[in-house]
Amino acid sequence: MSANQAAMPAAGESFLSVAWRRLKSWEGLLLVMLLLILVINSTLAPGYLTINNQINLFILSIEKIMIALVMTFLIINGEIDLSAPSIMGLAACVSAFLFSRGTNFATALVIALCVGLACGIFNGFWIARVGLNSLVVTLATQISYRGLARVFVEDKSIGKFPEWFNRLGQQDLIGPFPFALLLFFFLFAVALVILQYSGFGRQVYVIGNSKDVARFSGVKVPRVKFMLYVASGLMAALAGLLLAARFGAVRGDLAAGYELDIITMVLLGGVSIFGGSGTLYGVFLSIMIILNVRNGMGLAGLSGHFQTGVIGVLLIFSVLGPNMINRARAGVSRRRMQAELRKRAT
Amino acid sequence: MNKLISRFRPEQIRLLFLLALMAIMIGFFSIQIPGYFDARFVNRISTSVAVVAVLAVGQTLVFLTRNFDLSVGSVVGLTAYIVGQQLWRHPEIPPLAAVALAIGVGAICGSINGLLIAYGRVPSIITTIATLAIYRSFLVEYSGAVPITTNLLPDWLVDLSRLSVFTVGQIQFRVLFLIMIFVVLLFQFVLSLLPFGRRLYAIGSNPDAARIAGFPAQRMVFSAFLFSGMLAGLGGFMFLGRYGNVTVLAGTGLEFASVAAVVVGGVSNMGGSGTVIGAFLGALFLDLLENSLFRWQVVSEFWRDAILGMLILAAVALDNVVFGRLKNLWARAGLQMRSEDEQKPEVAADVR
Repeated sequence: MSANQAAMPAAGESFLSVAWRRLKSWEGLLLVMLLLILVINSTLAPGYLTINNQINLFILSIEKIMIALVMTFLIINGEIDLSAPSIMGLAACVSAFLFSRGTNFATALVIALCVGLACGIFNGFWIARVGLNSLVVTLATQISYRGLARVFVEDKSIGKFPEWFNRLGQQDLIGPFPFALLLFFFLFAVALVILQYSGFGRQVYVIGNSKDVARFSGVKVPRVKFMLYVASGLMAALAGLLLAARFGAVRGDLAAGYELDIITMVLLGGVSIFGGSGTLYGVFLSIMIILNVRNGMGLAGLSGHFQTGVIGVLLIFSVLGPNMINRARAGVSRRRMQAELRKRAT
Repeated sequence: MNKLISRFRPEQIRLLFLLALMAIMIGFFSIQIPGYFDARFVNRISTSVAVVAVLAVGQTLVFLTRNFDLSVGSVVGLTAYIVGQQLWRHPEIPPLAAVALAIGVGAICGSINGLLIAYGRVPSIITTIATLAIYRSFLVEYSGAVPITTNLLPDWLVDLSRLSVFTVGQIQFRVLFLIMIFVVLLFQFVLSLLPFGRRLYAIGSNPDAARIAGFPAQRMVFSAFLFSGMLAGLGGFMFLGRYGNVTVLAGTGLEFASVAAVVVGGVSNMGGSGTVIGAFLGALFLDLLENSLFRWQVVSEFWRDAILGMLILAAVALDNVVFGRLKNLWARAGLQMRSEDEQKPEVAADVR
């Protein structure tokens, strides 16, 4: 919430002080970090800031950042979905399996989306209706959905999709922008409007702040949670299919281990793991940071495993940093208060 | 009926239920698979359950404080590699020193987790997902992708997994199995009888109350993670002894296996309830299931994970729904009996 309030201009303030206050918020810090990384990367590699490179860097992680959008909703709501990467794998495997058995490919895609929807409904049922801990439920379904994906493709790799499907992931649609990127920006705009500017979005925040307060003020908590999980399942299926289109082939371990990157993107964006605070603007900035950091490290010749380790460190600091700042702030204000009290006493 | 219910605690009923389920499973597979339940099978299970059960003990300690440790898989891989590498370079290292090295490496990993979680106030799920990746990437960088293989290791280590201390009939009691039994009994003793163990339960049941009562909550959480790391280190040594081959991916997925064992064994993810024996039985149950499904020709081996996940979910759901009711029933029965004993009018039975 503090990020939100800090970004809100109060009446009668000069432009400069508003700008300064925005810069002091978490989003401001992220912006400075992003600019720093961009400067470093573009000095290291000439031609880094070209539109083509930036688009390319988005395309390389487009599926993750699509899921990060829904994950933002879920984490603000105080829940988590670890099963999303498995749903990606399952949806892609189902479509590939049906296609290899001679089903019309368009039908296979629709069925795969329905499978994602069903996975989301299954998660949502246990978490929203029965009221189980989302971490444990999605940990269990993560194993299950991945296992089901393996049941469909076993240890084969299925490819040779129709030409138009492969082109979906690679070819430019309008100008230099491929279909997947345009889809992402469309989804981002929709998510931004829903979370930041609609009643449903406020409900998501309220539930994250306090489930009881939300219930007593008439928010249908289970329904909101259920809808978010269904959305997460559907989005994961969509992302899985896009990933299959980009890779051109499907294996059982498709998208395994993506949860680390996705959760890091959301938390680095200033969303509290305890729910109730954070914005999609912050998440967008942190997505940009992570993509550019990874790309920069790739240019510097560091291996994928090393990059993952760095992302892990980033994840810890994205929570540890604000914690330390808050504690220091609380300490300072306490000392001030004590000084004030002492002054009054004398 | 009420008397019968109040005789057993719900947690005990749960363990009996798990044992009964195991017996049914063994019966079912004995009919399905000829020559299923013999001494060789028992020996195989007792070896394969050892690593996961040791990890599950550490996971139990962490679970009791309302936390998670998802980094154990990477800690196992890291310690197995480091110990294997040291034994390869210096074959003269005595076995006990190798075990100490493994536990030491695990302790370092565990204390990093503990510091961040207990003193840095970073939620455990975040910390351990991150350190899962960090330890793994450290292992990849450190090893330079050179695997440790059986022929590089000293003979005593390679023979360790088949070394048995004593045999009853054809059933061998192997070293790894006995180490595991020792760990389980030790920590069951610590948790149920020593102040340290009772405080872990208190912190998990109600962190605020424990803090107000003056328990050093931060130090307790830290030591839970430290122990989990040390046990993961020991698990790493056992992993090395059992397989002999360590690649950079060694131990991947063991974090989920240990969480699964703990959850099936009835340790609550909301903290404060569960036993080490339960976690061990959970590990045994899953291992039995996995090995049996592997030998059962009717379903393909690819179904294993799908079934495993559903079982974990079923265990949690059962815990939440059935055992929640059972606990209420138990509390009511207990109240009624007490009131009858004291010759007082019945206490209002609605505990909720």
